[in-house]
Amino acid sequence: MSNSSSSTAIETQSLRKVFGEKVAVSDLTLTVGRSEVFGFLGPNGAGKTTAVKMLLGLITPTSGIGHVLGAPLGDHRIRARIGFLPEHFRFHEWLTATEFLHLHADLYQMPGDLTNRRVPELLDLVGLSPHADKKLAAYSKGMLQRIGLAQALLNEPELVLLDEPTSGLDPVGRRLVRDIIHDLRQQGTTVFLNSHLLSEVEITCDRVAFIKHGEVLRTSRLKSLVEGELTVEIKARNLSPEIILGLSHWSQDVRLDGDHISLTLSSELELPAVNRYLVDHNVDVYALKPQQISLEDLFIQIVGTDGGL
Amino acid sequence: MKALSSIWRNTNVIARLTFREAARRRILLAALLLGLAFLLIYGLGFHYMNQEMETSPYGPGLLERNGIRNFMLLAGMYAVNFLTIMMAVLTSVVTLSGEISSGTIQTLVAKPVQRWEIVMGKWLGFAGMLTLYLLLMAGGVIALVYLISGYSPPHFGLGMLFLWLNAILLLSVSFFGGAMLSTLANGVMVFGLYGLAFIGGWIEQIGSLINNQTAVQIGVISSLIIPSEALWKRAAFEMQSPLVRALGFSPFSSSSVPSSIMVWYAIIYILLALGLAMRQFQRRDL
Repeated sequence: MSNSSSSTAIETQSLRKVFGEKVAVSDLTLTVGRSEVFGFLGPNGAGKTTAVKMLLGLITPTSGIGHVLGAPLGDHRIRARIGFLPEHFRFHEWLTATEFLHLHADLYQMPGDLTNRRVPELLDLVGLSPHADKKLAAYSKGMLQRIGLAQALLNEPELVLLDEPTSGLDPVGRRLVRDIIHDLRQQGTTVFLNSHLLSEVEITCDRVAFIKHGEVLRTSRLKSLVEGELTVEIKARNLSPEIILGLSHWSQDVRLDGDHISLTLSSELELPAVNRYLVDHNVDVYALKPQQISLEDLFIQIVGTDGGL
Repeated sequence: MKALSSIWRNTNVIARLTFREAARRRILLAALLLGLAFLLIYGLGFHYMNQEMETSPYGPGLLERNGIRNFMLLAGMYAVNFLTIMMAVLTSVVTLSGEISSGTIQTLVAKPVQRWEIVMGKWLGFAGMLTLYLLLMAGGVIALVYLISGYSPPHFGLGMLFLWLNAILLLSVSFFGGAMLSTLANGVMVFGLYGLAFIGGWIEQIGSLINNQTAVQIGVISSLIIPSEALWKRAAFEMQSPLVRALGFSPFSSSSVPSSIMVWYAIIYILLALGLAMRQFQRRDL
């Protein structure tokens, strides 16, 4: 039925979903490797939730194909190996936390002894052990999100899909989500994280895709993003036009404004050479400040400031 | 075999969840207490009327007495039929559409279950509850009448079976609507259909009394749209005594008896409504 040894966790080709007149996802082509923590970034209404629901088989694509853990989209059996936390989570609030987790373990068709081990384990992980026998109706929004997260991890999934998992959480809760994602990475679990909270993604993800109007604009390794292109601000005296010209060896984009030079380097690794060049040419260097492009700058650069409207 | 056991497990989990929800939301308790109150009032009423009949020196003979007892029993059954139908619709009308609009369905359908198993599980849960309710109410009426007067109606097993089919019919229609419509729209649809069958049944009843074929036809057509009143009439026909039948016309008995074909039609109707509910829910984007 499914190919567990497949090296990709998610693979889609030209997925498209149209609701009536509205194009929710226009053309989604995406590959997520096993054990990757993948961030799916985009403004509100970019089609992130629709995309996740298509991966899970909750929404049938209008066209396009895809595979999740080796199985074609819509195969219900593969969901035994997937965990999912929906964005607008609402649960059967007349259940206690323990009953709620037992219900979902039953739906995962987990054997009884595994359930009896996993339920207290997960309550402990999300910090809800003291509230295990309270009805969910008495839970705060943050507690509900935690129990939702526990529900998504019950079956020791190979792939976890989290749709805005920190949106309702206080800083402690966010930290918890980060730690959980960190642990999942250690265990080799693939994590697909929908988020518009860039700092979260910056900390947790290996790779990100930027999505707007239901289309992937760019996919990039987060490390190479951060280690890549950077702007350097230099404050120096004793500058001559020849020296400025010499800097074009490293950068096409050198600007001089009084004592301030700004230039763009392709890598942080070029910084010492630039510094040595200036010192060797008797320039008095007061400051040399690399300005890394943050994910936020990149987001605005790629997605634009209109917020995808 | 493995697939079958998986289906059994999943529907079972959902059916138990449905039961537990009804219990937690105190639906079961309310139904039980008010059901007992209904039986108490019915029993008291029946007792005093029966006593009057038996002790009065100028009272009716045995045959008439049993006829009156039968009439009283059918009146009770008429109320039970109505209450069971209300129960079927009011408890189930929100079950699919409500879980969709609140979002509680999201984590359920993201599990390795098929959508139709969820529909089936819920349906079984409600069908189970309705069966218990009907056994309590209809069984209670029959038992009270027997204990107080020693009278028992003919074919009451068959009669209860038709009442049960009637409840299951409206349950299935409410599931069908719930898979497509909002809760309110579904409620309007189910009660609208029920009202249509109700008035159609009366037109047919009066039509057969005054021998107007057109009126009878209108009744038959309304029974084809939804055979709920037909099932009640069939249930009443099975349980009525020859004397009441000879009276021909009463609110609780039947002069125009639905055929066996109509009963089969109702069974097919139930299967179709449930099947379409499962299909609709299976396809729906959630």
